Amino acid sequence: MNTHNETLAHHGHAHHAADHGHDHHDDHDDDGGASHSTLSGYVTGFVLSVILTVIPFWIVMGNIFENATTTSMVVLGLAAVQIVVHMIYFLHMNFKSEGGWNMLALIFTIMVVVITLAGSLWVMYHLNTNMMPTMTHEMK
Amino acid sequence: MSNATALHATDAAKASDNLRFFVPGEHHPKNGTLLGFWMYLMSDCLIFACLFAVHAVVGRNYAAGPSGADLFDLQLVAINTAMLLLSSITYGFAMIEMQRNRLRPVLMWLIITGILGAIFIGLELYEFYHLIHQGAVPQRSAFLSSFFTLVGTHGLHVTFGIIWLITLLFQLKKHGLNRENKRRVMCLSMFWHFLDVVWIGVFTFVYLMGVL
Repeated sequence: MNTHNETLAHHGHAHHAADHGHDHHDDHDDDGGASHSTLSGYVTGFVLSVILTVIPFWIVMGNIFENATTTSMVVLGLAAVQIVVHMIYFLHMNFKSEGGWNMLALIFTIMVVVITLAGSLWVMYHLNTNMMPTMTHEMK
Repeated sequence: MSNATALHATDAAKASDNLRFFVPGEHHPKNGTLLGFWMYLMSDCLIFACLFAVHAVVGRNYAAGPSGADLFDLQLVAINTAMLLLSSITYGFAMIEMQRNRLRPVLMWLIITGILGAIFIGLELYEFYHLIHQGAVPQRSAFLSSFFTLVGTHGLHVTFGIIWLITLLFQLKKHGLNRENKRRVMCLSMFWHFLDVVWIGVFTFVYLMGVL
């Protein structure tokens, strides 16, 4: 796939140079370090996403697992995999784009998101438990 | 005084030779727009994370009202998901045609993407209308408040994406595939795919887990 990627990139540049000979010198910075998209990349991503979307809908709509907890765990896991697929094949995330700053921003965001989600759930769950009617009963 | 500053400047210049943060010859970006746009998307991601956290906390507080299992039509959600997924790959085709510098196919794929996005919004509005008609309004319960806020915010993003897409169609038609337009198409591509990523979270967490 990598060689294919490079051929396509060269192809693109050749065309570009032919079309706009006058601004050839700044051709290089207009892709800003973003990786070139390839047809095979998009198709792979699409096929994987379709599979990863159909499975959770099938699991929930067909009532495959008896246990609701198992179902939610499997469905959440598949969603996480699909998000990674989208990041790689559609958003072209890698450690090289924009000199690695894209990935750094993403990692920082994931950290904050995890803290927000886990923290909210943890705190609110305990608040809920302490607000149970039995608790106020005990206090009387 | 000015002499000292000048000395400092040359010192700094010498020092900067030793302080390289990248390997010389490595391809590093000169244009920060895409990185800046990515930063915006990450901040948007935090907004959605907060809304997801709210839904995670109050998503089961029905106030004796209807629950997700009573309200959600998963077939409609499946069609909606398919629309958004298809629009992602049609945008991908537009990007590939843009690399080949072919204006007409780019416009065509962008229009198809916009139509798929519009169908998505149409179905979502239909769903909202249906829910409100049944009395499942945002003020009915905490679950419905957070549901409408989260799904509505995503829908609003898609709506603005479509407005941006239409604007871009006119810009492309007028100025062709020049540098600025290519950059704009790339930014919208990131925005569009990002919304698809958020939708994965929405259909999994709100709809599929909501009916369990």
